[in-house]
Amino acid sequence: MIEKSLIIFLPACYPDRESTLRFMLKAEADLLEIGIPFSDPIADGVEIQKAYYEALKSFKLCDIFWIAREYKKEMEKRLILMSYYNPIYRYGIKRFVEEAYESGYDALLIVDLPFDEAGEILEVSKDVGIKNVFLAAPNTNNERLKAIDELSEFIYLVSTYGVTGVRKEVSKLTFEALKRTKSICKKPIAVGFGISSREHVRMIFNAGADGVVVGSAVVKIVEKFGRSADEEIKKFVEELKSYQTP
Amino acid sequence: MRFGEFGGRYVPEVLVPPLEELERAYKEIKDDENFKKELDYYLRSYAGRPTPLYYAKNLSKELGMKIYLKREDLLHGGAHKINNTLAQALLAKYMGKSRIIAETGAGQHGVATAMASALFGLKCRIYMGAEDYERQKMNVFRMKLLGADIVAVNSGSRTLKDAINEALRDWAENFETTHYLIGSVVGPHPFPTIVRDFQSIIGKETKEQILELEGSLPDAIVACVGGGSNAIGIFYPFVEDEVRLIGVEAGGEGIESGRHSASLSAGSKGVFHGMLSYFLQSDEGMIKDTQSIAAGLDYPGVGPEHAYLKDTGRVEYKAVKDDEALKAFIKLSKLEGIIPALESAHALAYLEKDESLRGSVVVVNLSGRGDKDLGIVLEALR
Ligand SMILES: Cc1ncc(COP(=O)(O)O)c(C=O)c1O
Repeated sequence: MIEKSLIIFLPACYPDRESTLRFMLKAEADLLEIGIPFSDPIADGVEIQKAYYEALKSFKLCDIFWIAREYKKEMEKRLILMSYYNPIYRYGIKRFVEEAYESGYDALLIVDLPFDEAGEILEVSKDVGIKNVFLAAPNTNNERLKAIDELSEFIYLVSTYGVTGVRKEVSKLTFEALKRTKSICKKPIAVGFGISSREHVRMIFNAGADGVVVGSAVVKIVEKFGRSADEEIKKFVEELKSYQTP
Repeated sequence: MRFGEFGGRYVPEVLVPPLEELERAYKEIKDDENFKKELDYYLRSYAGRPTPLYYAKNLSKELGMKIYLKREDLLHGGAHKINNTLAQALLAKYMGKSRIIAETGAGQHGVATAMASALFGLKCRIYMGAEDYERQKMNVFRMKLLGADIVAVNSGSRTLKDAINEALRDWAENFETTHYLIGSVVGPHPFPTIVRDFQSIIGKETKEQILELEGSLPDAIVACVGGGSNAIGIFYPFVEDEVRLIGVEAGGEGIESGRHSASLSAGSKGVFHGMLSYFLQSDEGMIKDTQSIAAGLDYPGVGPEHAYLKDTGRVEYKAVKDDEALKAFIKLSKLEGIIPALESAHALAYLEKDESLRGSVVVVNLSGRGDKDLGIVLEALR
């Protein structure tokens, strides 16, 4: 699913579903990751928290499916759906996974569902045909990494300890973790959380990652420009993608 | 790891290793003689255990039943919270952690955590919803005096659940040096088990005391339920016995008003704060804001073991409204000279609502004292 891929994260319906769709079509990312707004995003820093609270003022779960359906009418690129577990659990796991897949999502990443708790999701996903992506972190031991490598479409390696959010630097921990994860896992590895600039993207690809996820930095652009963030997002993604040119 | 289907460990991957580390440490230490001796020493000489089981004769006469009060209100800090904070802080020390973080609603758990941290020389940071921070100025000052650093949390509904969110975020970043000292039988495994074990001393003492005083077990035990730690603490040693166990939730302005905190009485199954349990939530799984005159009960979820005890029918869960709790608060003050915490007043208020308790022997867990609530009660009576 990933191969030197730039993955752009957008919170759904921030500021509304039509804007999210436009941003998705405009951003020339290799892959898009769409976040379901949640009332209590414990793995997210202030940027995404704020976006979710704002989105929740009008958000309906059915918007998630609408966004994917409309996007797939125009684009072939893969979509990853990112969520906290409770909205899925509450909706009904089977019903949710089926609708997510039918509407156009290719993979499902549930932030607060480690693989040990994912039995039912894995079973249903297999039946339906949607892929699963699991997080790994710098403190994930080799044994758990091997289990994740078995179950996950690709490894989503969290760059550091803590939550999402714009950071100034990529820590040493990220490179150590990437090196160890690469030595253990056969699946491709995407690095996310805190990756905020073209320089970060370059460093992480150069260290051998197969994908880089940029989220909060894009959210900040939406925060600043609102519904008319299209051009700014496009420009930012172009800048990130040109990480190879000096 | 689970209580029936409830409980579990629903956390981001980065928190799995710290939870495994905690589980291992707890297993090693809980039967360690040195640890037990040290904890016992602090519980007695610092916190004031054992607490009396007091026969409330005036209230008994008034309500037509034999009422015993388990006097957790007499503990240092004024609530049962210190049982858990002393034990977990000691556990943290054995684990080699140098820093403690905790959430607090009204401030009771924050104060008890700050005390234990001061005692054991641990750095301490308390997360408190910005709204609670404003409402509970005195407790904020108490915690500061005790050397803790208090963070007012401005995200979400700016109350207890948001304070827990922020504590979890801190822990995900600082788990190497930091122990998250959670305040009730909630959160991912092993927290609900650890806190239950540390609070079970309430029930163990109660059993010995009632057998000595009455020569038999009580007919019923009543406790208020926020997250559920004082309730599980007194229930747990009686679960296998023939004793009615009744948990009382905060009915706020009434269940039908939608403004309450009764997650077992009116909630639905969900996954939040690391556990599968009952929660107050929207149809789309967003966690709701809650309401109660008792800040310590103002939480949209409940410990997973309570969810299990509800579904198996072993424990009955009822709701008591703000105004009923307020009446009980005043009644106990007038009749017995004991000002209860508003949380505990919910358990007391239930006694009058249940005809079948008349003539029986009932133990009420008086989980805390009411000094902290005087301002709120004064306001409510206006
Ligand atoms: C006196 C008192 N009782 C009860 C509670 C509720 O907590 P739990 O249900 O965990 O006992 C609190 C919480 O702050 C409290 O301060």
